[in-house]
Amino acid sequence: MLEAKNITFRYGNDERDILQDFNFCLSPGERKGLLAPSGFGKTTLCKILAGYQRPDQGVVLLDGRPLYPFKGYCPVQMVWQHPEAVLDPRMRMKATLAEGKVDAGRILPQLGIRREWLERYPHELSGGELQRFAIARALGQDTRFLLADEISAMLDAVTQAQIWQFLLHELAARNTGLLTVSHSESLLKQLCGENVLYLREKMD
Amino acid sequence: MQSRTPILEIKNLGVSFTRYTGLLSRGHLDVITDLSLSVHPGEIVAVIGASGSGKSLLAHTILGILPHNATVRGQLVYDNTPLTPQRAAALRGHEIVLVPQGVTYLDPLMKVGGQLAQGKTDAETTGRVSEILSMFGLRDRTKDLYPFQLSGGMARRVLIASAAMEHPRLVVADEPTPGLHMEAAQRVMGHFRELAKGGAGILMITHDLELAIATADRIVVFYAGVTVEDAPACNFRSASTLRHPYTRALYRALPGNGFVAAPGTHPYPGTIEHGCPYAPCCTDASPACAGPVPYRKAGQGYVRCVLQGGFPDA
Repeated sequence: MLEAKNITFRYGNDERDILQDFNFCLSPGERKGLLAPSGFGKTTLCKILAGYQRPDQGVVLLDGRPLYPFKGYCPVQMVWQHPEAVLDPRMRMKATLAEGKVDAGRILPQLGIRREWLERYPHELSGGELQRFAIARALGQDTRFLLADEISAMLDAVTQAQIWQFLLHELAARNTGLLTVSHSESLLKQLCGENVLYLREKMD
Repeated sequence: MQSRTPILEIKNLGVSFTRYTGLLSRGHLDVITDLSLSVHPGEIVAVIGASGSGKSLLAHTILGILPHNATVRGQLVYDNTPLTPQRAAALRGHEIVLVPQGVTYLDPLMKVGGQLAQGKTDAETTGRVSEILSMFGLRDRTKDLYPFQLSGGMARRVLIASAAMEHPRLVVADEPTPGLHMEAAQRVMGHFRELAKGGAGILMITHDLELAIATADRIVVFYAGVTVEDAPACNFRSASTLRHPYTRALYRALPGNGFVAAPGTHPYPGTIEHGCPYAPCCTDASPACAGPVPYRKAGQGYVRCVLQGGFPDA
């Protein structure tokens, strides 16, 4: 069980809290969607749940134990919206994958990753190809919860369906929990059914 | 209010790049091989393509801002006269305007009013600035703000407002609504609709088929350097009124239309020598797909597919 309790967070000396007393929980194998307008703090929430960012107040618990002093591979993995920003530009793709303890022989063909791409650097691949690697890297054998932050927003419809069909199958087989963030209501309904959180609308 | 003569007509456009493949050897890379479309006054035409399909190059070609190593083939006609790079240079910013993808295109050191007026301070221009701000639902005091003081939505409206300043006749919008949820995206597209009602032709380049269906009049599907289908947006209400297998795969891949993942990945530029680029992925492919495939008229649009029967010409 992944739980966030009473999370409050603001950036620097911003005037307002981006998250205030926020509570959330995700069970193994559960799929939950989050729909919120831009600027709500969806990415911030994912960063806090994955341990990249500490909240000002509150706590994130994994099976009842605090996530933060965690050593080694974090069982909560996040996939980001812009893969080009989270893959080391000076590492070949095979070295990037090696970071994630991935069952490459099984996962790479299913994600449509071609063997020759492994020898390349990030700038030699398109956004959709890079996103396949970013997903593969997050699917290490010890991953128990996956946080997907707008991972298919920049993809065409066919590529989006390919990546999600693979992920749904893979996560179900491993009983991995999924939080997916998107601005597309139709996508969230498709992925999570009625299990979608709608967060407050903020106007310009 | 559509008129018969298109404001922009593109026939068999090809864009290729010369590049060095070795120390002394040069090669050509075809990124756009055969693209045809037309935009009429008052019409919103969406070009749908995957990332890396070269669709942004279309915008650069129309505006005449391709790099020096690019070669252009085919016909570009703007307002009944060939659109040369020289003519594009004279028209861009006035009759032909680009709405870029990123809000970072605003000058961070210049107030909104100054950017809209482009340095002019005469009464007519300042009047037009106020008029255009209110047209896009922005308060008059917005002209005294710097870009960092704008929210994302306001910045986007300022970008469109600056395109509308000089009563453009052709607006090229490259991914105008990235990362916006449908409601906000439709609000943005409403502003383009206003420009179209004023008589401008709008060419929107995007990967977002749902948005195109919701907001455009016509949809042109671009795949691996060629236009495979051109159809009225209403044809996209069901797969049965779509003609090209790739278009139908796109339609069925939408969440809500089945979320079906057709196999195969988008080929690299230059790897398709001839024939239909979708043939390697197509379940209906036949030997004829390897030969030349004409872009033929079908119903109210066009399709590039060897399959003849079976699809209604409605």
